[in-house]
Amino acid sequence: MNKHKVFIGLTLVQTILLMTLFLQGVARIKTFSEGQQPALEVTVATLQLTDLALWTEARYTRHPSQADHFTPFQDLPSALEHFPAGSILAPVKGKGVQP
Amino acid sequence: MRHLKILEFALSSLLRRRYKNLSLLAVYTFTIAILASILLLTHALKTEASRLLDGGPELVVQRLSAGRHDLISTEAIAQIRKIPGVTEVKPRYWGYYYDALVEANYTLQGIESVHQELTMVDGRLPAGNNECAIGQGVANVRKVGSGDDLILVDSTNTGTVLTVVGVFRSESELLTNDLVVLEREDLIRFFTFPPDRATDLAVKVANPAEINTVAAKIKRIIPDSRPITRNEILQTYAGVFNWRSGMMLTVFSAALIAFCILAWDKATGISAEEKREIGILKALGWETSDILELKFWEGLVISLTALLLGILTAYVHVFYWDATVLAPVLKGWSVLFPDFRLTPFIDFYQLLTIGFLTVVPYIASTIIPAWNAAITDPESAMRG
Repeated sequence: MNKHKVFIGLTLVQTILLMTLFLQGVARIKTFSEGQQPALEVTVATLQLTDLALWTEARYTRHPSQADHFTPFQDLPSALEHFPAGSILAPVKGKGVQP
Repeated sequence: MRHLKILEFALSSLLRRRYKNLSLLAVYTFTIAILASILLLTHALKTEASRLLDGGPELVVQRLSAGRHDLISTEAIAQIRKIPGVTEVKPRYWGYYYDALVEANYTLQGIESVHQELTMVDGRLPAGNNECAIGQGVANVRKVGSGDDLILVDSTNTGTVLTVVGVFRSESELLTNDLVVLEREDLIRFFTFPPDRATDLAVKVANPAEINTVAAKIKRIIPDSRPITRNEILQTYAGVFNWRSGMMLTVFSAALIAFCILAWDKATGISAEEKREIGILKALGWETSDILELKFWEGLVISLTALLLGILTAYVHVFYWDATVLAPVLKGWSVLFPDFRLTPFIDFYQLLTIGFLTVVPYIASTIIPAWNAAITDPESAMRG
């Protein structure tokens, strides 16, 4: 068999596989939006949650939206950030409405 | 037909150096898979956060003392209620607990005892004294389930026996993994909160357009307060994984630099064997444009295959294998860390960007040195 036919065939197979995964992803999003999401929204509203439970190693990584953006450095004068998750998070912009 | 014949020749040429090209394809695919995994993971997390946290409090009012978050007086509730547009002010009671037994941090949350049933809880929420509902992570590390006892040490250093009446389902891990939900009075007693203090206040505003105005008024009435709007909470998660985050700056840029080195090496060097091949083709009557097309096909075969394989690998890795390679990078020192069962929210613009950032420079770096060799005299090219 010609090599170019094999190459074009393999590329088509990969593209079809990728499209199948994307289409399956669309179906998963639909299932999530109609099934889990409303239940999770009720959980958030009932428990009044403000953050994802991603990083539990420090206060400011557990609740980045509720912490000061300078929290990593306020434990003691000239304290350095030492939690790994603190290096993964982008610096959170200063929050709190100014009068 | 002519193009297909040149493609056929390009494939034969690649197969002649099959071990070199296969290792190149493997490195290229790996680099794209890492780049795409990071983009898919961060985008899915950002989208999921914005969808779920949209149901959270419209405004959270904290008290600051000496530059730190402090407990807020519940007397502020009456002051905030007087602000036009505010429909409800509820105190939130929550805090952190370090479990020395398993070296994990939990978030303890107090709720009012009368509550609707949550479908995300196997069992029920606490309705009376010494009851609790726990997240999947807590249940796993403490090896407890519904009906078991969970013993925590309170602020007076006394062991408190809590009966687990519900466990949050694993689908809600991203939100509830480290939670221990208690009845409000239990939590106040556990942390020995002063009677007129709460952790912060959740404010409901009738008109979403007025949230910022209400927040500014709260800040004016209670100067040592810090109102955080829901929009700011959502913005936090939109910004947590942006290009300035460590994930992007370290892993993503390391992979991108590795790719640049690969492309640069290709662009600056063409082997003597390849030069001789170009010389022979020229001597046989190939035009410079034919040689450029040959090199274009060689570059496209490698880069398109690597791009498709890389994106396929990244997709399966993030959305089917729960990002097993990247999860330890994200986890840090967290003892409780949720399993990623992410919904495949994809930004196709990001995938196109990856394609553009990797395929185009690679093809260019294949063609440019070949063009240099192709415009030289065939005899000198054959002699190297």
